[in-house]
Amino acid sequence: MKRLRFNQQEIVFAVFAVLFLAFSIFLRGFLTPENMLTLLQNVAVLGILGLAMAIVVIGRGIDISLIAALAVPPGLVLQMVQNGHSLPASLLTAVLLTIAFGLVNGWLIAYAEVPSLFATLATGLLLAGLGQAALFQLDVVQWSDGMKGFERLGQGTILGIPTSIVMFAIACVVVAFLLRQTRWGAYIYAIGDNPYAARVTGIPSRPIIVLQYVVAALIGCFAGLVMAASVNSMPTRVFNSTLIYDVILVVVLGGIGLSGGRGGVLNVIIGTLLIGTMLNGMTIMDISYAGQNLVKGVVLLLAVITDSFLNPRNEETAQQGDI
Amino acid sequence: MRDTLTSLRYRYWPDHLLGEILSKRWTETAIPVILLLIVGFALSRSIDHFLSPSSLADTARQAGEIGFIGLGMALVVIVGGIDLSVGSIFALTDFCALYLLDVLNWPVPAVVVATLACGALLGAVNGVLIGYLRLRAFITTLITLIIYRSAFDLLIQRYSNSIAAAFPDIPSWNFIGGGDVFGIPSVALVYIAIAIFGHIFMTRLRPGWHITAIGGSRRSAYNSGIPVRRTIALCYVASGALTSIAALFFAARLGTVGGDIGVGLEVIVLTATVLGGITLGGGKGSVAKSLVGVLIVLLITNGLTTLNARGGINRMALAGILLVAAMVDIRWQKNRTRIISKVYVAPTYHALPPPPATEIGQGGPFEQNDKLRDVELIGLGRIEAPEDVILDRNNNLYAGSRHGDIMRFFAPDYQRMEVFAHIGGQPLGMAFDRQDNLYVCIGGMGLYRIKPDGTVEKATDETNRSMHSVNDDSRLRLADDLDITDDGLIFFSEATVRYEMDEWPIDGLEARGNGRIICYDTKTGATHTALRGLKFPNGICVASDGQSILFAETFGCSIKRLWFAGPKKGQVEVVMDNLPGYPDNINLASDGNYWLALVGMRSPSLDLAWKMPGFRRRMAKRVPVDEWLFPNINTGCVVKFNEQGKILESFWDLHGENHPMITSMREHRGYLYLGGIMNNRIGRYKLENADPNFVQYDKRWGKAS
Repeated sequence: MKRLRFNQQEIVFAVFAVLFLAFSIFLRGFLTPENMLTLLQNVAVLGILGLAMAIVVIGRGIDISLIAALAVPPGLVLQMVQNGHSLPASLLTAVLLTIAFGLVNGWLIAYAEVPSLFATLATGLLLAGLGQAALFQLDVVQWSDGMKGFERLGQGTILGIPTSIVMFAIACVVVAFLLRQTRWGAYIYAIGDNPYAARVTGIPSRPIIVLQYVVAALIGCFAGLVMAASVNSMPTRVFNSTLIYDVILVVVLGGIGLSGGRGGVLNVIIGTLLIGTMLNGMTIMDISYAGQNLVKGVVLLLAVITDSFLNPRNEETAQQGDI
Repeated sequence: MRDTLTSLRYRYWPDHLLGEILSKRWTETAIPVILLLIVGFALSRSIDHFLSPSSLADTARQAGEIGFIGLGMALVVIVGGIDLSVGSIFALTDFCALYLLDVLNWPVPAVVVATLACGALLGAVNGVLIGYLRLRAFITTLITLIIYRSAFDLLIQRYSNSIAAAFPDIPSWNFIGGGDVFGIPSVALVYIAIAIFGHIFMTRLRPGWHITAIGGSRRSAYNSGIPVRRTIALCYVASGALTSIAALFFAARLGTVGGDIGVGLEVIVLTATVLGGITLGGGKGSVAKSLVGVLIVLLITNGLTTLNARGGINRMALAGILLVAAMVDIRWQKNRTRIISKVYVAPTYHALPPPPATEIGQGGPFEQNDKLRDVELIGLGRIEAPEDVILDRNNNLYAGSRHGDIMRFFAPDYQRMEVFAHIGGQPLGMAFDRQDNLYVCIGGMGLYRIKPDGTVEKATDETNRSMHSVNDDSRLRLADDLDITDDGLIFFSEATVRYEMDEWPIDGLEARGNGRIICYDTKTGATHTALRGLKFPNGICVASDGQSILFAETFGCSIKRLWFAGPKKGQVEVVMDNLPGYPDNINLASDGNYWLALVGMRSPSLDLAWKMPGFRRRMAKRVPVDEWLFPNINTGCVVKFNEQGKILESFWDLHGENHPMITSMREHRGYLYLGGIMNNRIGRYKLENADPNFVQYDKRWGKAS
């Protein structure tokens, strides 16, 4: 007799399907083409961030500072253009800042051996504080004339599909290619699966870990640009929001175990769809922001508990003091 | 001239202190304390009235509140976790207290109890998830942070107006919020009480040790039977309860439920915890560290606020400090032992004149011969490491072994062997007292007494602690050899107070006077240190006059006499110096002279190195241990010397087959019995012209009745 076994991906997909069906039947205005596009548009940025987080989590890390990378460098672009610099120069500065930020993260985690959760918690604060103290004049950095044309990154449609969704798709393809087709993608999986074995095998673990955080920061910056383009401004206070929990939610719900070495882009897409459906449904049901957070928190908690049962921590390779 | 300067420099500059201070646990607390003093000094210079009583009382109130949360966080971090939800628990319990008081009008004691219960309950959720379900602490408390925060947001939407409208004027409530005793704020008093209890709890009580053990190694703690899951869960409960105490004082002080209460609090507390020196990942930490960390962070944030810094700068400062502290902590924990082992070895200047000749044909008392070539062997391959050998009045032979046993070989042929007593540490020197109790020096343990029926008792394992020593020298690290005076005083040597038994060659490399002679009084049971600053004191023998002991200083290459009674009491005089080898045990000979074992012979290279402390220090820092220059113990001999310090005779084993290395010898009924700490045999050598009826303890204590 064959036992029925589901992996998390299938379970989440089933939950998504059930939720989607239920909302379609019971919520008026859910299953309309406009709402579907809104749903996807709303979660596109989240999905891109999810990709960045996925890379880091697959390599057995976590990046809490993604929201800072999302808010500060794109905010810097807007601010610099507002102050009269050219768009390419501003973009270049922002990208350099992002790379430097990723390098700092990576160095702290790979070379100084600070736990990733902890290092990114602090560097995120550092970058956000830097933006608040030195870079921005106002909490919301406004669009200016110099940015003309750049809003096409987040607005309008390409072949009838909203641009932000196309951007998410492009990011998915790029990340999938990096993870599945390149050598360092394979290295990330190896490091996430068993860092010590990876090191013994001769994989340059430390540079690869640094690379993970640089790429994650760059993707985060890209998500920020898409977000800024779609709303024509950069609300830097987004750092204080709970967006990072949504990102973790996407990754964990999608089935990328926090113990590393598992999962891929498909998991991110599934997680994003589920979260998007949930948030959209709750918005239609007119649940308050705090209430939505409460529901999200509880769902995330259940997801993490389930994750710990489905992907138990490997006691052999779990580090002492790995919190 | 240069030698003189070197000798002066090494004589008066205490090189050995650095390593000893660094290996103390309290240095880890000292660094944050120094940082606190620097921060406090800098701020008091740049801000007026920073140290005024009212400002201090204000700081104390805040410090008390954050201090409670810091204690909870410290507990959780020591057990190997982290609690990010403290900020939200703080907000929720603050709301709970004010809601019960202002809306439901509960009496103050009930409010206090209910708030504490609420905090404990919120912590218990974390505890069950992390302790029993074994979720990751960071991610779990991150989630409960957001759940509790949204619950708080939902609650204040409904009740903030009714709470803001109420103005409770209850004396006890006001006392909690703003009262003081002799100028000390109420919150600080409660904090002090709880901190003292916490200190005792963590250092003196069993559950506290369990917590530290789990943080140090979860798996080992589980294997040794500690209830790991329950302990971890209870730590989170305690963290919640402590946070609710802080919230209670906060509620009584301000009485508001603003939306941003407790936002970012977890980062402040975490920074304080790491800054205080509580290691992330668990196993190390104390109440004092937590307090120091909280004070530093509070002074810095308050100082920045007073200096009108922007919010972003405050945030950056906190994050920057957090990162640097975490990095320093992690690097230090990782490299601590390596750094200490590099600086611990502190060689000193030790000059010896050229040794007397030992080569064949050169003449002199040390001239080599091959007398020990054909000794009879006892227990070959059956005994390991007989450092000392001794015979009782019934001619039975006793020897220690590496396995922590005292072995007994039965007369007359010494073929039958049994374990006379099991001790557990390596037995070194041995001596019988009047009642035929065998006293044994055990390396790493102390002085032990074995009764004739084989029962083992501890005689002493500590002596008085000297005031000026950094290392705790009350413990006996390497008790080596002993002898018993007619009055029942036991003098025994402790070779070194700076190294463990297996590290004895390093002490030789250091050539510092680290050893001492200790006296144990069998009548009173008291122990005291008789003589300090000796270079590896080793063999001890009560001299024939009954008023002095002879002792060997192995790396001093000399024999000295210490008067313990008579007109010269307390004085030390040199009997022999500049020996060609490293002297070990000394024992009585039948003709009234003394036997002395030379465990190894001096070599020109080490003699030269002893004059070059800098060279030896560089070697200890740069070369792996197994390639260091060590004292030679591969060749040795037995010599006989008289009361005046004249060498009479020497016995060698030129081929180095049977007894290349000799640490002890004992004369008994015309034979000399030889032991060596690296040997797997005991030698028996027939002495010519020796008294065939000589029994050491018959001579010492008189014939058995």
